[in-house]
Amino acid sequence: MSAVVNPLRGRAQADPAALMSRTISDASLRKHYRLDQLFRHATRFFAFLVLALLAGILISLLFGSLSSIRTFGFGFFASAEWNPVTEQFGALVPIVGTLTTSAIALLIGIPVSFGIALFLTELSPKWLRRPLGTAVELLAAIPSIIYGMWGLFVFAPVFASHVQPIIKSTLGSVPVIGALFRGPPMGIGVLTAGIILAIMVIPFIASVMRDVFEIVPAVLKESAYALGSTTWEVVWHVVLPYTKVGVVGGIMLGLGRALGETMAVTFVIGNAHRLSASLMEPGNSIASALANEFTEAVGDLYLSALIELGLVLFFITFVVLALSKLLLLRLARREGRTT
Amino acid sequence: MHFFRFLERSALLMVAVGVASHSALAVDITGAGATFPYPIYAKWAEAYKAKTGNNLNYQSIGSGGGIRQIQNKTVDFGASDMPLKPEELEKSGLVQFPTVVGGDVSVVNLPGIKPGEIKLTGPILADIYLGKIKKWNDPVLTSLNPGVKLPDQDITVVHRSDGSGTTFIWVNYLSKVSPEWKEKVGEGTSVNWPAGVGGKGNEGVASYVQRISGAIGYVEYAYALQNKLTYTLVQNREGNFVAPNVETFKAAATGAQWDKAAGMYLILTDQSGKNSWPISGATFILVYKSQDRPDRAKEVLKFFDWAYADGDKMAMDLDYVPLPDSVVKLIQASWKNQIKDASGKSVW
Repeated sequence: MSAVVNPLRGRAQADPAALMSRTISDASLRKHYRLDQLFRHATRFFAFLVLALLAGILISLLFGSLSSIRTFGFGFFASAEWNPVTEQFGALVPIVGTLTTSAIALLIGIPVSFGIALFLTELSPKWLRRPLGTAVELLAAIPSIIYGMWGLFVFAPVFASHVQPIIKSTLGSVPVIGALFRGPPMGIGVLTAGIILAIMVIPFIASVMRDVFEIVPAVLKESAYALGSTTWEVVWHVVLPYTKVGVVGGIMLGLGRALGETMAVTFVIGNAHRLSASLMEPGNSIASALANEFTEAVGDLYLSALIELGLVLFFITFVVLALSKLLLLRLARREGRTT
Repeated sequence: MHFFRFLERSALLMVAVGVASHSALAVDITGAGATFPYPIYAKWAEAYKAKTGNNLNYQSIGSGGGIRQIQNKTVDFGASDMPLKPEELEKSGLVQFPTVVGGDVSVVNLPGIKPGEIKLTGPILADIYLGKIKKWNDPVLTSLNPGVKLPDQDITVVHRSDGSGTTFIWVNYLSKVSPEWKEKVGEGTSVNWPAGVGGKGNEGVASYVQRISGAIGYVEYAYALQNKLTYTLVQNREGNFVAPNVETFKAAATGAQWDKAAGMYLILTDQSGKNSWPISGATFILVYKSQDRPDRAKEVLKFFDWAYADGDKMAMDLDYVPLPDSVVKLIQASWKNQIKDASGKSVW
């Protein structure tokens, strides 16, 4: 600790009183110690408060869904029937709907966000970067119910009259995946909900990707360029591996939003408790079913089934997060290996 | 400094006086439940406050919520579009009575078809909603509507995605006219729809019907009127094809036999009367039989008494149908007989 100034330097006969005034007194020490303790306890308290809230939510969800768990057991996940009159409930349709719409959202959203981030960091002229970046981030600020209304009033009619007939006649006649694109062109359905969700998650994934791409050290990229790599090779082999933690984090952020998105999906998914092979048919998602049916649910079993749906969504999010951590671990293990 | 302290003190004094006077004179009654009558309850509350200074606080959280809140005794009255059966009333110790009448209208979206042009019957509606009749030019429909040009187009059924009294009235009617519907689907505020897409709220159904060509849906009468939707004629019990309007709703309400209904459990669908609209329904209020706060109960009953006497025009302005006077007398008699305080004395 050479930076510490020796209080005695240059004062051969130091005055004891003067010396005292240059060191910390006991009372002051005790005050600092107490403040430190207070700070440590306070921050620990807030950290544990978050954990306690999480546990509290989990416990209340479990209690609320007890009667449904007891009645239906594991059959709840396999049954596609949702009948409030006979009180037979099955979560298959909402679960499939949630996973399908989120999968479509990511399938469309990840390449587009990657393209946006790539353009903003590597390809675009300098004067365009800030306005374009701001515009992408503004998309994230739009409330989700506006997306739902836009989807229902603007996107769905255009989709139904111009895009869906084309999809049906081209992809619908391909032998295996054609079954995914049958059905009357209504404009609403699982596919529309997935596309609206894609538009909603793109700003999140794109801005996280852009931020992590920007902090790649220039020396790494310049070395790769100097060795003769193309821009694509630099991005794929240097930038992405360096930023994979951030990129996976951004994708998980987008997925989290897509899984839980309620109002935008409710407007355009068609709210039909039926499983169908085609993406153009209406379906249902967990959040949408909860938003629609919770306030009017008459009967304890109905309410309990809805709370169990909420618990299922909680677990899906948890599983997705765990899978992403596993993916990151697997990628990290491959680092440093010769290819 | 002195001036600000003076301002502070006078402000506090005014607030205190305001609060004291408010609580001394005005009573706040609370209710919760059905969304269908919310506009008229809000309008009545406003007029009642101007007249008597008493506040009515109504939360339109849905019929299921209304039933739950009155059972938990968190509100003074509950409101539900679906009446409780007499056994359920007994079990919870509640009394129910109707306030206004409305109804469901069948609306379609077909190019070139004007309101009131298409005729439908109850069994046909049930078959459409069961998914058995899939196209508009099905022989059943064309034979019933000979002069109308029905296109070769898929029928897209639109129903409610949320639980609702509007749905209850609709499926109750379909259960009455179609044994297959009664067996396969049944009735309730929320059912397992065999076909179609679900819209959230009357607004959701109305907007889906307007946007999807070849769609058929059901909405509350007020929504059909205000959105200028294409309604269809429906055949009533006597065999006449009637249009939905205030006259046909009134006919359904008058034809009903409220005095014979135990616990006033009467659903106005498929009523007799040559002019009756077959898909009408009333909305109900739930209060406790035995009141531990009789003064508040009296205020609730006074509000509804005023609404029956002076609120008819306001209801009709908002496209609701007020109850006939004979029914109002029955309701007031039931208040006298059934709603009692702890000592057994009648509250009304």
